[in-house]
Amino acid sequence: MSRLRRLTFAVPNGKTGSDFSGIALREAPILVYIARRLAILFFSLLAACVVLFILLRLLPGDPANSLISVGADEAQIAAARRQVGSDLPLAQQFLQFITSLVRFDLGTSFVSRTPVLPEIMDRLAVTLPLTVLSFLLALVIALPLGILSAVKADRWYGAAISVVSQLGIAIPVFWVGILLVTLFAVNLRLFPSGGFPPRGWDTPVEALRTLFLPILTIAIVMSASLLRYVRSATQDVLGSDYLRTARALGSGFSEALVRHGIRNGAVPVMSILGIELATALLGAVVVERVFNLPGLGSMLLLAIEQRDYPNIQGVLFISTLLVLLIGFLADLGQRLVDPRLRESRGARS
Amino acid sequence: MSGQVETAAARPRLSRRSLTLNIGLFLVGMHVTVALLTLVWTPYDPTGMTGGRLEAPSWAHWAGTDRLGRDLFTQIMIGSRIALIVGFGAVAIAATIGVTLGVLSAFATRYLDDILAAAFDILIAFPTLLLAMLVVAATESASLFSATLALGIAISAIVARLTRILAKRILSMDYITAARTAGASWPSIVFRHLLPNIWPMLAVNFALQFGLAVIAEASLSYLGLGAPPPNASWGRLLQEAQGTVYTAPFGAIAPGIALVTLVIGMNLLADGLREAGDPTRRGRQ
Repeated sequence: MSRLRRLTFAVPNGKTGSDFSGIALREAPILVYIARRLAILFFSLLAACVVLFILLRLLPGDPANSLISVGADEAQIAAARRQVGSDLPLAQQFLQFITSLVRFDLGTSFVSRTPVLPEIMDRLAVTLPLTVLSFLLALVIALPLGILSAVKADRWYGAAISVVSQLGIAIPVFWVGILLVTLFAVNLRLFPSGGFPPRGWDTPVEALRTLFLPILTIAIVMSASLLRYVRSATQDVLGSDYLRTARALGSGFSEALVRHGIRNGAVPVMSILGIELATALLGAVVVERVFNLPGLGSMLLLAIEQRDYPNIQGVLFISTLLVLLIGFLADLGQRLVDPRLRESRGARS
Repeated sequence: MSGQVETAAARPRLSRRSLTLNIGLFLVGMHVTVALLTLVWTPYDPTGMTGGRLEAPSWAHWAGTDRLGRDLFTQIMIGSRIALIVGFGAVAIAATIGVTLGVLSAFATRYLDDILAAAFDILIAFPTLLLAMLVVAATESASLFSATLALGIAISAIVARLTRILAKRILSMDYITAARTAGASWPSIVFRHLLPNIWPMLAVNFALQFGLAVIAEASLSYLGLGAPPPNASWGRLLQEAQGTVYTAPFGAIAPGIALVTLVIGMNLLADGLREAGDPTRRGRQ
């Protein structure tokens, strides 16, 4: 403990306290920041691969089991193990695993015998639009309502927004899905209760129509939690000294809020956006099951049920890659927005 | 007091605060009471056929019956017990691991801090439910324990990351420098200055995480990866109800309401506690 304390307290008094970025980069110019953040992205991905490899080897049963029928003899088992490579030493398996990932060769499914990557790409054509459109719709709902509910907290509608958002963060996404199906598909018959057109995006109107309820489902749940962060950030801004100063210097309320509030308020909100987007991806896993959509999530669920290791591995690798990229971009955006980082750089140089 | 972190509710609203706390206490208390009650008494045998199949709600069966003729209300009551166990268990695990690692990271040298921060990011990159799904798959037979452990571990990375961010902000404050200069010890800074100041934000997060854990457990059960059948998880009840949504839509209502009231109750309870225990507010009233 004492060693830790000494080392910690030996840091010279130059901390700006504005390091939200996940790494200690305080006075670095933006290009150095990007380079270091990229390096961290790379090592994160590498570490994630290690975690993935270990997790998959922890799963019970030999992956070769899925290739053989009950009552197979020793020779057949050995042949199957040779085929999937589970007879090799762990280190060699890991090396193979990494080198094939680098070449984006995600292997071949044990069950369907088709390459994993093309299937993932097919399914991303459902999951990515679902995730991104839900996220955008949630932002469109949450930003204005969040700011409004903080600024007009003393009015009935400000309070009403808060109450509804309380409700929204407490609702599981699949229940919203079931309720929307009950309302729009069973009773009103406006939208299909599930499925995806067989020709996919070749029939864009139909595809969007089937995606409408799933998108609405994720957006409703996500906007509620997002709204709370926006409201909380706005309240922080409203109670801040700099806003009071700006008002004292003669700025109008909205002018002060727009000029000083948005950049400051955006920082905590942006730090949550990356996680929210990852949550949307996760929400898609469940929602795809509710609406019976052929996306990444249903691929993963099926792969887990069938112990289809290449598919599990492929889906997790691609989704981890996506989430890490999102985090990278969110950090970068935050860095560009945070006015305190800007000031501290100016003060130093 | 200047320089301290302004927390969400900057303006005092005494009446609303106690109302928030009271509603939260009521809802959580209701679920705790029901959960305890199921240990000694339930209206019907949860696994017995006590009525017709898919009966609509009536005085005999408040929430109707499922497709095997079992009383839904009884199963929902038992669902309270399961949700509370998973929620408290997961958050307790997450808080222990997460706050410890987060504070450690904030205090650590730059390189250790970088490594820990990257580790949090990697763990967060595996969404809670995906991680939980893998852990559940790895334990072969899904159980309540494996679900709780999986969710606790998955959430701890989120708690650690938040703790680290909040702690770093506090540690750069003038009063921390002053405390250091005055010779305050390491534990004294953590427990007297750091934790009380980041606690309000953490409490909000724990409440959200409790809700998310309950929801995630329901999701696991909904996906068929939760606790096995004799455990009437709300998620499994909803999954069964979706199968009969055209003939018996009422089955999809009651379990959802039970789930939502528990999660809202926890959120309100934590909001109320946060506002009552916020050190930036104490001196102002």
